[in-house]
Formats: sequence, structure tokens, C-alpha cells
Amino acid sequence: MPEDTQLISVQQLTKVYGHVVAVNNISFGVAKGQIVGFLGPNGAGKSTTLRVLTCYQPPTSGGATINGFDIFHQSEQVRQNLGYLPENVPLYGEMKVEEYLDFRGRLRKMPRELRRKRIDYVVERCWLQNVRQRLVGQLSKGFRQRVGLADALLHNPPVLILDEPTVGLDPTQIRETRKLIAGLRGQHTVLLSTHILPEVEAVCDRAIIIASGRIVAEGSPDELRASLRLSARVLVECRGPAKEIQAALARVSGVADIELLDHAASADKQYVTAALRSKEGYDIREEAARTVIQHGWPLREVRLEHATLEEYFVQVTANQAYAPATVRGNAQ
Amino acid sequence: MSRAPTIARRELSSYFCSPIAYVAMALFLVACCAAFWRDFDAGQPAEMRHLFEWMVWILVAVIPLLCMGLLAQEWATGTIETLMTAPVADSDVVLGKFLGSLGFFLVLLTPTVLYVLLIRIYGGAELGPIVAGYLGIVLVGAMFISVSLFCSSMTRSQVVAAALAAAILILVTIVPYFARERATLSTFWRTVVDQAVFNRYSDFSKGLIDSGNIVFFLATTVVFLFLTVKVLESRRWK
Repeated sequence: MPEDTQLISVQQLTKVYGHVVAVNNISFGVAKGQIVGFLGPNGAGKSTTLRVLTCYQPPTSGGATINGFDIFHQSEQVRQNLGYLPENVPLYGEMKVEEYLDFRGRLRKMPRELRRKRIDYVVERCWLQNVRQRLVGQLSKGFRQRVGLADALLHNPPVLILDEPTVGLDPTQIRETRKLIAGLRGQHTVLLSTHILPEVEAVCDRAIIIASGRIVAEGSPDELRASLRLSARVLVECRGPAKEIQAALARVSGVADIELLDHAASADKQYVTAALRSKEGYDIREEAARTVIQHGWPLREVRLEHATLEEYFVQVTANQAYAPATVRGNAQ
Repeated sequence: MSRAPTIARRELSSYFCSPIAYVAMALFLVACCAAFWRDFDAGQPAEMRHLFEWMVWILVAVIPLLCMGLLAQEWATGTIETLMTAPVADSDVVLGKFLGSLGFFLVLLTPTVLYVLLIRIYGGAELGPIVAGYLGIVLVGAMFISVSLFCSSMTRSQVVAAALAAAILILVTIVPYFARERATLSTFWRTVVDQAVFNRYSDFSKGLIDSGNIVFFLATTVVFLFLTVKVLESRRWK
């Protein structure tokens, strides 16, 4: 990817609070028009990274550019070029929706005509028509989220940074919000943080998985899933002596590892389920089925266990998620 | 600086939605009314000097109430994040909040113009000292707002902000007033006490406009605004 099409570019960014390293030397880029999911368990450093990118807090070391502007030296231009939806959407409760958007437009020095036009546009785009004259403080969580989103979109910024845009919404609202974000593809470059996986699968072109302040994986949802399929399992369910089945299936070419699943929970104790892990590049399903049938064991099912992004996420973050944050400077 | 008026406007209009502002307003006007009632009588001099001096005492309680939420509330609700990630400078935010509060303070003072009318009509008071008194009270108000804004920037708790501001204002206004009456005061402390708010303010209420006093109030206001900007900036280094 050529450098000039990267609207968000982060280089070796580190943020330390006291002794806690919240973000540890991360680098990534987001190409123009892309929607990128920033994924990680709570406390992984997502919000901190986004706060650094929006110039709310400076990095401890490293840097970043937004639309070509440096977050440290050109903070005002950076802030003009981005729309930001902070976590929990802090808003002034005593203002009406329209009043609030007008205030935000004034802060951004939008001329009156443009302001009016853009307010009409974002109100429609974020389904706020019915609450335009309502006080922000009286709105439900879903509406507040949309007001925040409308505010982020108001000045038509090239870059949007959304911190957990769907948290706390009901399922319908989540679907609507995702549709809205997906609709921004192409016109805006979006970096959104989330700890919900289906969100990434639903709207993102690419995901960056972060845990304990480090990037642990990166790629499109398909790529992430593909890297997972390598370790996916084939489940073979048949009736027969467990030990023999295990031995026979272990001899199938391409099988790396075999394990008999605990059947205590199953209704039918006669059946055995073997979970096979294949070596890279092998599809062992046909061979496994043939082996079982040759031995005369009634075969009930051969199934590729589809790994979800969720498992991948659990895998890559599990070791680190609850590890204590690195403490700096004690070994020196 | 150019975005300060937008913030000031929002701040001013949000006062009219806040119960605290009405409580402070009621407190101020009732206290002023009581002070005026005492002076507005047959045989009393036709001047508002006592009212103005009372006002300063009242403001020591009222301004911290008015200003406690200015930044503390932004910290507590997180709106500071939305505000600071818009292309505004720290100084815009501080100046905007200050001007918004000053605006509300002027609104607060407006009803007292009624007393001017009464004392003009029934007492034939001179306008000069009254204008000087108002100038003084606006300068004192500006300084008090600046101090309270500074306190509000340092904490997320409005109660702490108000208590801190009131403590500082009592220390610079009311304590020196009583200290001055002690004959045994050393030269050094007498000089310090003479610099304090009440002493300087009483010149205005007498109708005396001294440029030294004007500079004193303006300078203190600016210093506290500057400190507030620094506190806002310091969050970046935490």
C-alpha cells in the first residue's frame, strides 16, 4: 500500500500512565476509504490509542499522522480532519439535539448556511428526525449514541474515529448503527474500536487485534478466519470401540493430532466422537470417512468444525488479557 | 481565541437551565434586597455604598456556587473529551467559560439597577459614585469568577471546587477585613492586608476610581485564567 493513501498512520506508538504501559509500541495504517476494526478485550489499550489519535492525550513516544497531519505538531488540523465518537458518548444534557449540533458546528467554524444543510443531513442520516427538538439528557442510550455519531459526521471529516459505537444498544439499534457505519465506506475512512466480534465481521474491511497494549494479529476477517482454519478440527462420530477407532484414525495420512471427546453429556453412549486436527494443507475428511467405513463402524457424521473469529480472538488474547500490565523500569 | 464566544454563549445559555444558577441568583438578590432595605430609609445618606460593600460579602458565597461546575462537571461527565477533540485551543475553553460566567454575573446584577432608580427618585443620589461602585463590583466579580474557574479546573467534584473557591475568597476578602482592625499588626502584614480585595474594593464603593485598583483586579483575573489554562494543559502530561 503506497504511503500517501494511508489516511491514518501510526508509528511505534507508546503510551505510559505512571508505571502502567497502556499501549506498547504499536504501528499500523488505515488506507483511504477503509473501515478498520480495532479489536481487543476491555483494558487492552483501545481507547487510549484512540485518545492519542484524536489529540486528547499525547503519546509517550512514537507518533501518528491523520490525513497527513502530525498529531503532535499539527493538532488543530488533525482535529479539523476527524470526527470522534468517544466511549460512553459524553454530551451536554441540557441542550436540545439541534442546539447541540449547531453548537458543535459553530465550534468548527462552519458558516451558517453550511451548518444548517449539514445538520439536516446528519439528522436524517442518523435517524434523529423525531428527536430534533428533544433535550439530549432525556434521550435513550441509543439516541444519544446517534447524536454522538451525527456530531462526528457533521463537518464531513475524511477520518472518523469511533470508540465502541454500538455498546449499550439494543439488537435493532446495533444493526441500524452497523448499517449506518457500513454506509460510510468509501466516503470516509473509519477506525472503530469494539470488543464485539460480529461487529468486525459485519462492517470491517480489516481488523487489528490488540491485547495488553500490543498488536497480536491483523488482517481481513477472512484472512483471520483462514489462519484459523489451519487449526480447525474435523469431528468424526461413529459407533464402535473407542480405543480402536482412535488408533485407526490416527493412522490416516494428514492427521496431526487426535483426541476423543468426552461423551458423558451425549445421549447416546455407544457413539464415539473423535476430533482430528489435520496437518497444514490436508483435507482429511474423505480419508477419515473411508477408514471408519472400512472397519465396519457405523458412521454418523463427519464435520469440519468451523472456527469462528470469536475463538481466534479468545486464542490470541487469552494469554495476555489478564496478564498484569508490564511495569517499566524495574530491571534497569 | 476565536472560538471563545461560541463556548461563552453555550455556557451562558446553560446557566438558564441549571437549578444551581437560580439558587445562587435568589440568594444574591434576597441578600442584596435585605442590605438595601436597611439603608433605604429616612435620614440615611442617599448612596449605595453599603449595598456595594455587602455585595462583595455575598459574592464570596455566590460566585463559587455559580462557577463550581464550569470545568468540574466537564471532567465528571467526560464532555471535556468531546470539547477538546474539536479544533479548539485550551485558552478558548477557559476564556469562553470565563466570559459565559461573567455574562451571567451581569444578568445577576441587572435587577439591582432597580435600587439605583429608587434611590435616584427618592433620594436624589449622585450617579458618579454609583457608576464607580458598579465598575468595582464587576471587577471583583471577574476576579472571583477567575479564582472559582481555576478551582473548578482542578477537580471532578463540584462540591470540592466550590469549597476550595470559597476558602480562597474568604482568605483574600473577609480575613483581611478583620485583620486590618487589629492594632498590633506588624508593618509587613499590614502591607499584605492592605493589598487584599476588600480594602481595594472599598475605594470603588466610595466613588474613587484608582487605576492601581483596576490593574490589581484585572491582573489577578488574568493570572488565575492563565493558571486554569495551565491546569487544562497539564492533563496531557498525566
